[in-house]
Amino acid sequence: MIDLIINIILLAFLAITAVAIIRSTNLFASIMLFGIFSLLSATLFVVMDALDVAFTEAAVGAGISTILMLTTLVLTKNHNEKRSHAHRPWLSLAVVIITGMVLVYGTLDIPGFGDPAAPANMHVAQYYINNALPETGVPNIVTAVLASYRGFDTLGEVAVIFTAGVAVLLLLGGKPSIPNSNSNPGINKKREEDET
Amino acid sequence: MDFFISHYNYWIVIFLMMVGLYTVINRGNLIKKIIGLNIFQVSVFFLYISMGAVKDGAAPIITEGVKLYSNPLPHVLILTAIVVGVATTALGLALVVRIKESYGTIEEDEIHEMDHSL
Repeated sequence: MIDLIINIILLAFLAITAVAIIRSTNLFASIMLFGIFSLLSATLFVVMDALDVAFTEAAVGAGISTILMLTTLVLTKNHNEKRSHAHRPWLSLAVVIITGMVLVYGTLDIPGFGDPAAPANMHVAQYYINNALPETGVPNIVTAVLASYRGFDTLGEVAVIFTAGVAVLLLLGGKPSIPNSNSNPGINKKREEDET
Repeated sequence: MDFFISHYNYWIVIFLMMVGLYTVINRGNLIKKIIGLNIFQVSVFFLYISMGAVKDGAAPIITEGVKLYSNPLPHVLILTAIVVGVATTALGLALVVRIKESYGTIEEDEIHEMDHSL
């Protein structure tokens, strides 16, 4: 019961934080709020018994993502968002509300939260729960599936991260060869001085 | 009331998803758009983890005397998704830095104007 109450309150906090993120025009504040958002979600993962996910979310979501965004903020020197009036909020709001209502209609058939007889919990999950320890010798079922049963998937994941890392290095690593007339002339002048 | 409590998670998930979608559609700033994408992503994580949760179930680590465990499969999927998500975020942010270098702005409207005036 207490789990459920904590769950409901934290989810409400999460919704409030999300609204605060999109309402703020200061990008630094948005990023800090996003860090809070990730930390709250890590706490919620603990409440829902997903300990490994909570660790990862706290380290990667609240840690690395926030640092990456702050670095981008520093590199782009753009601290305030410009709200143009060209974007009509009503049109996008209408799209979002209609999509949301269709999705809510879709949830009416989903088995309730925490239902042990839900189809998602009946089939292959039971196999892993019963056989993970005898077959792999790892008591943590999540680790057993990730590293043993689905080891090749994890290898593929490493390939994805490697590709992303290489792409980021290619995008940011080299010096920009063509000085662009659109950017600040002071920067170009400094760049030319550096090259000579 | 029971129905409300048992579906509350999914409705908050949908709310977060729509907040993220709205940010991506409506906000012109590219960093803000990426934050919106991340909110959307976290909402999908919650959808999966909520489906895997079992009432009075323990965390899926085999312990003596525990009969009922949460479903470990959504946890595995989301673990992968979080790590891949941060890789795509890093790539998106690198593109933002690059756009700033060549256009001098990260506001979508101004980038469109420059593209049309070329």
